[in-house]
Amino acid sequence: MKRSAVWLPLLGFALVFAVVAMALVRPADRTVRSAMIGKPLPTFSLAAMVPGKPGLGSAVFTQGQPRLLNVFASWCVPCIAEAPMLMRLKRMGVPIEAVAIRDTPAAVQAFLARNGDPYGRIGNDRESSVQLALGSSGVPETFVIDGKGRIVLQHVGDIRDGDVPEILAALEKAR
Amino acid sequence: MSVSYIRHPGFNPGSKVPHEQPAVGVRPVGSRIKSGMTAVIVALLLATPALADSNLPPARYANTQLRDPAKEQQARALMATLRCLVCQGQAISDSDAEMAGDMRSLVRTRIAAGESPKQIRDSLIASYGEYVTYDPPFNALTAPLWLLPLILIGIGAWLARGLFRRQRS
Repeated sequence: MKRSAVWLPLLGFALVFAVVAMALVRPADRTVRSAMIGKPLPTFSLAAMVPGKPGLGSAVFTQGQPRLLNVFASWCVPCIAEAPMLMRLKRMGVPIEAVAIRDTPAAVQAFLARNGDPYGRIGNDRESSVQLALGSSGVPETFVIDGKGRIVLQHVGDIRDGDVPEILAALEKAR
Repeated sequence: MSVSYIRHPGFNPGSKVPHEQPAVGVRPVGSRIKSGMTAVIVALLLATPALADSNLPPARYANTQLRDPAKEQQARALMATLRCLVCQGQAISDSDAEMAGDMRSLVRTRIAAGESPKQIRDSLIASYGEYVTYDPPFNALTAPLWLLPLILIGIGAWLARGLFRRQRS
């Protein structure tokens, strides 16, 4: 054995140390991303969540116009935070449809009355079935769907001021 | 483990939703310490956990077994291999998260409707990627996961052989 081989264990230790230190300094991104990006929206049909507003079916998304599909819930705090951004997108003329997760009509009505109502349709996803089909793992999440019903972008978490340009760009590209 | 799947600002999956911190100003230690303590206790008593879960009861089959024991067994075996997407270190069969309950209900409903566990797993993989299963298939990405233990055992055997030889001579 050569004399330099004496250093091999130390080298091994340094390697392990470096890996651990890296993971401490920059923890891994634990965000669960949907595997449905670039794929067609799953077929679904959800009943209306609130009276006076239609429910949501996947057929709406194949009518030629790009749309946002917002996954939200009245019991979700960051959904309140993103409400002004959705209202802004609505004022820009972006059609926004929604899936309400595990919710009740009264609670959703109160939520919309308090935070504004940017939605054209709201589907009642009582047991998160559409959410699971979308590959969404929490609320809020927003998907950009092109006019042919293909998912082109997933935004995980509440939409903030800085996220709006990315969403608008994806909508423009999907046109 | 009961966790919510709301994304809080600074969302940290797997961590519990923090309780409201009582607002306590910094005061000079001394005569005010007693009233300060009272304020803290009152604030702690008044503080409520942040709303994190929905008010709806668990889904139909989240915590209810199927009538057919054979199908229930199939469903359980599948649940043990599916990852809870909220509390990422747990299988859905172990998790108290609402979303895990909804996933259990989905598995049981579809098994009861006659689907095979493989069909259900494949459809979840289509939505979430292979991340959702604890039983990853063998491919280029997962090859190290399956092969590394074999390689390490090989190296160990080789080292052991060398050591035994030296002792004998």
